[in-house]
Amino acid sequence: MFNFGRWTSEFNNWLLGMGMHEGLAIAIECVIIGILLLAVYTVLALFYILYERKLCAWFQCRLGPMRVGKWGVLQVFADMFKILVKELICLKGTDKFLFKLAPYIIITSSVTMLACLPWGNGLQIIDFNIGIFFILAVSSVGVLGILLAGWSSNNKYTLIGAMRSGAQMISYEISLGIAIMTIVLLAGTMSISELVWAQQDAWFLFKGHIPAIIAFIIYVIAATAETNRGPFDLPEAEHEIIAGYHTEYSGIHFGFFYLAEYLNLFIVSGIATLMFLGGWMPLHVPGWDGFNDAMNVIPGPVWFLAKAFFISFVIIWFKWTFPRVRIDQLLAFEWKYMMPFALANLILMAIFVALGWHF
Amino acid sequence: MSLLLEISNGTLAITGALTGMFLVFIALFIAKMIGPRSFTVRKSEAYECGIPTRGESMIQFKSGYYIFAILFLIFDVETVFMYPWAVVARNLGHSSLLCIGIFMIILILGLAYAWKKGALKWK
Repeated sequence: MFNFGRWTSEFNNWLLGMGMHEGLAIAIECVIIGILLLAVYTVLALFYILYERKLCAWFQCRLGPMRVGKWGVLQVFADMFKILVKELICLKGTDKFLFKLAPYIIITSSVTMLACLPWGNGLQIIDFNIGIFFILAVSSVGVLGILLAGWSSNNKYTLIGAMRSGAQMISYEISLGIAIMTIVLLAGTMSISELVWAQQDAWFLFKGHIPAIIAFIIYVIAATAETNRGPFDLPEAEHEIIAGYHTEYSGIHFGFFYLAEYLNLFIVSGIATLMFLGGWMPLHVPGWDGFNDAMNVIPGPVWFLAKAFFISFVIIWFKWTFPRVRIDQLLAFEWKYMMPFALANLILMAIFVALGWHF
Repeated sequence: MSLLLEISNGTLAITGALTGMFLVFIALFIAKMIGPRSFTVRKSEAYECGIPTRGESMIQFKSGYYIFAILFLIFDVETVFMYPWAVVARNLGHSSLLCIGIFMIILILGLAYAWKKGALKWK
């Protein structure tokens, strides 16, 4: 498998070879990483907006955006430009500092999470030895931004939306954490690159017998709730509370929430990919050497994106399949069913690992 | 196996965070440059379905959410404790199963107590 880290280390050697000071080289590299991250973030967000609009349309037997560009591919650029030239309205009685701080927190947390995802062999920016734990920690910072947005807007509907969102996201974070912990237990590491390398021969979904499959189902449900989507989109239930916590944001201010929502969809899909579906690893079946060689031809980033888009497709599918739940049903489902199940599943996995029943 | 072996992960994490802030900052800057600006009294009212706002909006809110926040605090801290165990459990063998079993029984007793007390009921 091709190691992308070779390019970067060659670039680093080239910079140092010109007699550059080490600190300056690191600064230049950080700027380049930042620009690349920004480009990937924006392109992914634009792609996801079109992806969701098209899928929504197809689920409802519509065509979706068709007029701007071939198949409507330029529609998102037009929308983004429109949102950029709109006025930024700051309302009477808002807490101005918190109102403006909220988009910073939300976007910062989602960009930092994006930087943790493994795109290929050596194609990963942040690689802590507690990587997956770091992602969970950063993802909970995003809740703060939503709460601030709802609170500072000085509007009753935003407050209700923010409270619902906060309650929902913190509740489902526990199931999410336990489902991820089940896989950490199986792998014995929290480093993202090591997690991916451990799935070289078979993905964790197939390695861990039943507990891994249950953990995957719990993860996908919790991730849907975590991104405020699908049947769990109570914070934005438009027939009850207008648009939830971002009602009072206009123009690009609203655009940030929109961007972060789509990027969070990609990020939870990316985490599902790296924890359960092998990250950028090709599909390998032990013993089928010819098949494995054929699969190795497809590059890692393609595998990663394909799997992440597939999980996103499933999560978008949920939205058009299940009716929206009530807030008491939502919290009861988490605390009375999902979390006890997740804990029982963790114990089951602990037994499997202790007895060595995994592959 | 990070992107650049010479840069520490902490620096990279800070780079990621700064990138996010830069994105918000630059987009807001452009929007302020090219966006229109006008002011009317009606426009700065809160949008609550067209009906004039009554009373304060930053109020003390339903305590039902507060109880779930406290429960979250308990269980999330437990999760933090369990992660280190999850990493090393493979090498510890059967004894680890017993230790974490006792820990989890206490945890589940806590949940059962909250359940019995009606904390999980939406009021």
